[in-house]
Amino acid sequence: MTGMGSMIEARGLKRTYKARGKAIEAVRGIDLTVQHGEIVGFLGPNGAGKTTTLKMLCTLLEPTGGSATVAGSDLRQDSVGVRRKIGYVSQAGSTSPEAVVGEEIMSHAQFYGIDRATAKQRGQDLLASLDLSDVWGRTCGSLSGGQRRRLDIVMGLIHKPALVFLDEPSTGLDPQSRANLWTHIRKLRDELGTTVFLTTHYMDEADSLSDRILIIDNGTIVAEGTPAELKKRVSGDAITLTLRNEPDAASAAEIAGKLDGADAPVVDAHVVRLHVPDGGRALPLLLAELTRAGIDAIGVDVNRPTLDDVFLTLTGRSLRDQEI
Amino acid sequence: MYFFRDTWIVFSRSMRLSLRQPLWVLIGLLQPILYLTLFGPLLQNIAASSGFVGDAWQVFVPGLLVQLGIFGGLFVGFGIIAEWRSGVIERQLVTPASRTSIITGRTLRDVVVISVQAIVLVGAAYLLGLRVPAGALIIGLVLVALLGAAFSFISNAIGIATKSEDALAPLVNTLALPILLLSGILLPMNIAPRWLQIASDFNPFKHIVEALRAVFRGDFADPIVWIGVVLAIALVVLGAWMGSRTLSAQTK
Repeated sequence: MTGMGSMIEARGLKRTYKARGKAIEAVRGIDLTVQHGEIVGFLGPNGAGKTTTLKMLCTLLEPTGGSATVAGSDLRQDSVGVRRKIGYVSQAGSTSPEAVVGEEIMSHAQFYGIDRATAKQRGQDLLASLDLSDVWGRTCGSLSGGQRRRLDIVMGLIHKPALVFLDEPSTGLDPQSRANLWTHIRKLRDELGTTVFLTTHYMDEADSLSDRILIIDNGTIVAEGTPAELKKRVSGDAITLTLRNEPDAASAAEIAGKLDGADAPVVDAHVVRLHVPDGGRALPLLLAELTRAGIDAIGVDVNRPTLDDVFLTLTGRSLRDQEI
Repeated sequence: MYFFRDTWIVFSRSMRLSLRQPLWVLIGLLQPILYLTLFGPLLQNIAASSGFVGDAWQVFVPGLLVQLGIFGGLFVGFGIIAEWRSGVIERQLVTPASRTSIITGRTLRDVVVISVQAIVLVGAAYLLGLRVPAGALIIGLVLVALLGAAFSFISNAIGIATKSEDALAPLVNTLALPILLLSGILLPMNIAPRWLQIASDFNPFKHIVEALRAVFRGDFADPIVWIGVVLAIALVVLGAWMGSRTLSAQTK
């Protein structure tokens, strides 16, 4: 049986919108595979087709082309089968502000045929595991932003889905709530074996959470791999040397350029910049060489590439520019 | 088919939320009561000289009931827009729930609210002097419920389709005003000039009001009664079709 091996298997998934008589290709034929128990980050700037792809996989939007098997059911032939097995946590929220937390959870559970006693037990356990033990009787509107987002996750998990989709889970949260949320998302997979598919436009989020990252730009997947693999695609670690004067900088550039795998150093007044495959290994060597040549470096910086650099390398644009 | 179960789930959630805010139900009640107390006495005095047939209350209360059904239903779309915005509708769309149940459950809640308001209205009218056969009251309540269902479906459908209060408000007003003016709810259409009467003949709500007035007079055999009831049922079917289509279109 196809689909048994992987949790999501999409081939040529496509979505075309009609706007003012013109056809706009939001997603131009995406192939992707997500394995059981994986946390996959779906990364891309706003308008890249992230949310459209996510909504197609969640049965919220019909693909205009291609096919997919999600959680063992065919997306087009058996959307109800998909819905039974997936959880979806929207960035728009999931609860009415005037509704009581416990009642929202119980009502939602009923759609999956879960009896009231089980729903209550499970809901309270989930709330507790997300540090929301005492909110059962409160109204959803009285919760803080971070609490409300965690409640959305509880709602999305009440039927123990094998696969959960998180759409921009930490947007609008303060740094501490974000870090907390990440811990909880990891726990989902580690303790419950849930497969997690999350979209984000935050590099650090994709980096710290995902086993594997898919980068989408302009409706197609432009790169795929573990965070470490993707970073390797950028030309290594960046070394920045600051010298006392310009002659020193010129000599230092000459020495540094001879390092194994180094690219051509760029000299900018007292500062020399270059890339090497492994900065940690190259640095002691470089400093020793400089000392032997009698050159005194007054500052050294090694920067590992970020996913932002990856994105820049792949698309020629920075992710951060797009957030403005 | 889980349609009935899912409709019940959606209905009970919506009903619970409405009961948490009894103020809105109360404000909804206030309008017909205001009409009854502030406009009713006026009508008492002109009833004799105008073209109304029957006792002033028998003429006026059916109009108010029809108005309650129409307006009680027409404005519910604002609520569903708020629910869309808070993500509730989308959250329910991702469950295996029947698409149609997501709107039908909400419409049933509106029908219950409107029916309660209708009962209060009739009770208040009785205190003021309305005297009609019990069968007439039952038909009256059924008609209000049907109209409420039809307009709640329509309003919820427009709300979900537009997802914007700014679009819904003018749409609802544009729909409501001609319906009201051409229905003979406030004044009988037979005192209108000929062209206006013809225009009002195309308004199904005029016939529904006429049907209810006939019933309130005790004319159960009048063919207009059947016309009114059939029209109201047809409107519910139309509204349900619109609602169901709109909800299904959300995942297209």
